[in-house]
Amino acid sequence: MTASDDLTKLIFGRLTWDAIPLHEPILLATFIGVALGGVAILGAITRFGLWGTLWRDWITSIDHKKIGIMYIILGLVMLLRGFSDAIMMRAQQAFAFGAEPGFLPPHHYDQIFTAHGVIMIFFVAMPLVTGLMNFVVPLQIGARDVSFPFLNNFSFWMTAFGAGLTMASLFVGEFARTGWLAYPPLSGIAFSPDVGVDYYIWSLQIAGVGTLLSGVNLIATIVKMRAPGMTLMKMPIFTWTALCTNVLIVAAFPVLTAVLAMLSLDRYVGTNFFTNDLGGNAMMYVNLIWIWGHPEVYILILPAFGIFSEVVSTFCGKKLFGYASMVYATVVITILSYLVWLHHFFTMGSGASVNSFFGITTMIISIPTGAKIFNWLFTMYRGRIRFELPMMWTIGFMITFVIGGMTGVLLAVPPADFVLHNSLFLIAHFHNVIIGGVLFGLLAGITYWFPKAFGYKLDPFWGKCSFWFWVIGFYFAFMPLYVLGLMGVTRRMSHFEDPSLQIWFVIAAFGAALIALGIACFIIQLVVSFIRRESLRDTTGDPWNGRTLEWSTASPPPAYNFAFTPLIRDNDAWHDMKANQYARPKEGFIPIHMPSNTWAGFVIAALSAVCGFALIWHMWLLAVVGFVAMVGATIVHTFNYKRDFYIPADEIVRIEGDRTRLLAAGLV
Amino acid sequence: MTLFKNLRAPWRSLCLFPMAWLAGCNTVVLNPSGDIAAQQGRLIVVSTVLMLLIIVPVIALTVFFAWRYRQSNKEATYEPDWDHSTALELVIWSAPLLIIIALGAVTWISTHTLDPYRALRRIDDTRPVPQGTKPLVVEVVALDWKWLFIYPEQGIATVNELAAPVDVPISFKITGSTVMNSFYIPALAGQIYAMPGMETKLHAVMNKPGEYEGFSANYSGAGFSDMRFKFHGLAKADFEKWVATAKASGSTLSREAYLQLEKPSEKEAARLYASVAPDLYSRILNRCVDASKMCMSQMMAIDAGGIGSVAAYSVAASGTSPTGQGTRSYVEALACTTDNPEGRPLASAAVPTAN
Amino acid sequence: MTADLTVPFPSGRAPAPPTVEAPRFYSTEEHHAENGTLLGFWLYLMSDCLVFACLFAAYGVLGRSYAAGPTGTDLFDLPLVAVNTSLLLLSSITYGFAVLEMQRKKTGPVLAWLAVTGLLGAGFIGLELFEFVHLIHEGAGPQRSAFLSSFFTLVGTHGLHVSFGIIWLVVLMVQVAQKGLIGENRRRLMCLSMFWHFLDVVWIGVFTFVYLMGSLK
Repeated sequence: MTASDDLTKLIFGRLTWDAIPLHEPILLATFIGVALGGVAILGAITRFGLWGTLWRDWITSIDHKKIGIMYIILGLVMLLRGFSDAIMMRAQQAFAFGAEPGFLPPHHYDQIFTAHGVIMIFFVAMPLVTGLMNFVVPLQIGARDVSFPFLNNFSFWMTAFGAGLTMASLFVGEFARTGWLAYPPLSGIAFSPDVGVDYYIWSLQIAGVGTLLSGVNLIATIVKMRAPGMTLMKMPIFTWTALCTNVLIVAAFPVLTAVLAMLSLDRYVGTNFFTNDLGGNAMMYVNLIWIWGHPEVYILILPAFGIFSEVVSTFCGKKLFGYASMVYATVVITILSYLVWLHHFFTMGSGASVNSFFGITTMIISIPTGAKIFNWLFTMYRGRIRFELPMMWTIGFMITFVIGGMTGVLLAVPPADFVLHNSLFLIAHFHNVIIGGVLFGLLAGITYWFPKAFGYKLDPFWGKCSFWFWVIGFYFAFMPLYVLGLMGVTRRMSHFEDPSLQIWFVIAAFGAALIALGIACFIIQLVVSFIRRESLRDTTGDPWNGRTLEWSTASPPPAYNFAFTPLIRDNDAWHDMKANQYARPKEGFIPIHMPSNTWAGFVIAALSAVCGFALIWHMWLLAVVGFVAMVGATIVHTFNYKRDFYIPADEIVRIEGDRTRLLAAGLV
Repeated sequence: MTLFKNLRAPWRSLCLFPMAWLAGCNTVVLNPSGDIAAQQGRLIVVSTVLMLLIIVPVIALTVFFAWRYRQSNKEATYEPDWDHSTALELVIWSAPLLIIIALGAVTWISTHTLDPYRALRRIDDTRPVPQGTKPLVVEVVALDWKWLFIYPEQGIATVNELAAPVDVPISFKITGSTVMNSFYIPALAGQIYAMPGMETKLHAVMNKPGEYEGFSANYSGAGFSDMRFKFHGLAKADFEKWVATAKASGSTLSREAYLQLEKPSEKEAARLYASVAPDLYSRILNRCVDASKMCMSQMMAIDAGGIGSVAAYSVAASGTSPTGQGTRSYVEALACTTDNPEGRPLASAAVPTAN
Repeated sequence: MTADLTVPFPSGRAPAPPTVEAPRFYSTEEHHAENGTLLGFWLYLMSDCLVFACLFAAYGVLGRSYAAGPTGTDLFDLPLVAVNTSLLLLSSITYGFAVLEMQRKKTGPVLAWLAVTGLLGAGFIGLELFEFVHLIHEGAGPQRSAFLSSFFTLVGTHGLHVSFGIIWLVVLMVQVAQKGLIGENRRRLMCLSMFWHFLDVVWIGVFTFVYLMGSLK
């Protein structure tokens, strides 16, 4: 090797021009689409002179409301990518029978199902959940922002760049072909020597740091920043579920960090944590990853439960039934979620007593979950139910989720799991609970809080279209999978021999097409609502006759949320205020202490992505430089002590005065 | 209009009910020909019925309440502040608890009865295993991307074809060569993982002659979708004939032949071997079919204390033990590093063994 | 007349009669929420503790898988480890002195004790690097066996944390020298204090479970 070869190797590692998939038509077309779309967006921003606004008001913003909105945008954009993967899988499985190999050879199909799982969990569900919690919780507890606004910004950008790194694998190199949890030895260096698993590892490590810090942030916020008088048992139920979710995050994500670090050491340094020889133990990976993995699914579902509690209470015009019981149920679920992880691998041969123990703990968790369903039912009982979209999503959830829960308890019986593990029955089960529970909840939450964030409601017609396509599409897409699982069909297959299976896959593909229409209707809903926003405008700040504090603010709330810190007396604080002659303050405003924007979060996160990319491609020089730059940027940031400012009183007078005029105009 | 919308919901969930209809769809999991699988299938039905006791009323109540308490129905009582009822809470928590207690008992018992490691006590639900029955032993190795079956008592081996006599208990010993797979024949019994360097066990019996599907139920790489085999349930005489066919095939599964077989390949046709190298399975399990590798059993024995005879390997002695407690010998084996993923022996100076 | 805020106010109660002043639902004074820095840092530290717990668990599972290679008895230089441990434990004491001086608002002594702490920490890292280099030189690197992989990772992760702690300490010394013992710097010193003592506790776990128990015959 010549000196210039050495230099190339040092700078470019194993990155060569071959890494760009010019010969893959689907990827090439995607790249062209993305490039054109990207140019269009960047062009529009330049054309309308929005770079300054973008940087000042969004990228460097530490406002929890803006950060929450950015998380949700990230989640929705990644939903399109994750769903494209799903459509491709359904199409492949509907056609690839017998002599017909389908349009996706295993090399591609295997990346697609891996990416589908990784993206949907880490870059769709997590950002959507985090975004809603970020936006809503400070408003619900009467706070001005979260405890650590800078950290909040940094957390978002870490998540976003983690997603970016996964997206980069489409166009430079390839993604992992291991399934979304990347079990070794398959994910070890011997059997996955290429960059795919490295993209997986570094995307998740970067995003994981963001999520963990976000967890710390929200716990500190809820513990320390509640308005005076809001004891724990007077918090809104969504804040309770947010608290438990963030406890789960802080207690689970370190395990993911540790186990992925061990896998990366196996791959980069040649250690023997999970290898077949020299003492490695792949079963330890399976245990550790699921010790993270099971709390992770509760991290996804608990906020959804919180959303449903708020929605049911609001749209039935009634106090939530059994508030204390709901809180205890949530806490019990949080604790129990650490005692069930082995049910994900009953078939690994643990022995009957161990398997039974975990099977029984899994069933026990269904008791508090069931209690919640009953409590929602009895909130509806003797209520006055308004079937606005969030309530429709809730009814859809209550019916769909219990079916998924039932199949879950079924899978918790180890001998039953022996015949259903890794089958399409399992796939149907977890999509049943994730779509029926998490996704329906997120769509309910987005529809519910959209007017608060933007000052106008979402168009109901397109929303209802989206709802029906989603619900009907879900049943068509996943009920056949239960049948296929009972027919003995396993998951992750790229083609089949038995023609009698095909009809079920075709039905499932039809269901996926309906869901595609549901997503399309949702996007149309966003566009149409924006165009029609004046006719959908809400000037009151309380379009649904809500019960919790966030509805006392303007829509959208001012940067400082509350001109004066609220004093709390009861649950459903806003409902209490409305029932007791609450008079909105119109004078006597004082300057408000606020945190300043920051460049550091974006820059440090961007550098971490550079470092991650460099590690993936073995560009050691760039990796070291990137890492040193990260540390340097962090140190520079810590020298900035001037991170706050005061909003002057007359500014607040102006803003509040505007709202007073708006409210008066609305009454006319 | 609201009424119509809400009536669609129960219709949708009823689609799950027709179990009878499902039987016609070749739902092998509910209708298998092996006794263990049959018990597992029954368990699915029993558990589902138990849970439907809660699920059906919940769905019905959801639909009913949504309809009855809709805003336009002014006749329904409206109690906006009713948010607590101890009696109701008691029912809400105890009804599922009772179901779970029942299900928990079923779980404990069935998990022990249907433990894959447990030798069979019965041939089917009417006949116990006769006294003195010797189970058929089959050693299973998951390779990339095919299945190797070794019959130690018959002295034959097969690739991607498994046969067993009907109504005779089968005792599977299962391992893998590279990555995690899962050995699964839905008609016969539940699955169990096949992992390199480890042995899992499965006990099962086939009650009806026929040809059944077998495959891997854990994704293992590029050839995973074709990692399938046929399992033949045969009458006693037919099984003897099948064994004879294998013995007549002439080829030997020697250690070299196995090392060739181990190389990745897809869509392998079924193949029979007339004879098998004597300790092949044990060497596969201990990852030392290749003579240059130390068997895991030896390694573990050394780790437990005592170096034994390992003259074939480069041995070092820790001459200056930091604790000053005398020298100890250990094997200067070649670690599998990223530069040397197969762990080939180093050509370094060997220190004679010392004890 | 302001309403008694300690009495829970059931909602849905009939509105108060017009002669009584409506209850106040907001505070007209500047309200500052409690500072969450120490709680937040503690939460982060507990998550870090979990990372170490996983590494300890990995060591627990793999710690006797020598792959016929060298064991702890063969490799561990207990006198060296004893010196290392004393350096680290001493550094915790000196950091404690720094905090005491901080509470007495004495910037000079604070900086001095911090410097001593940093030097002791650097000594710890130096000795640990020496140990690692020696082991690798002998052929007992992290690739040799699962035991060595888990050993190097657990001890190495601890060492990495100490190294970052030293960098943080130096930066904080500069900041204290520049700005004095203002509130923000005192909070940072308390956070580093928690971090430093936490690493000490982890090290006690390491030398007990890894070095001492690993050296038992």
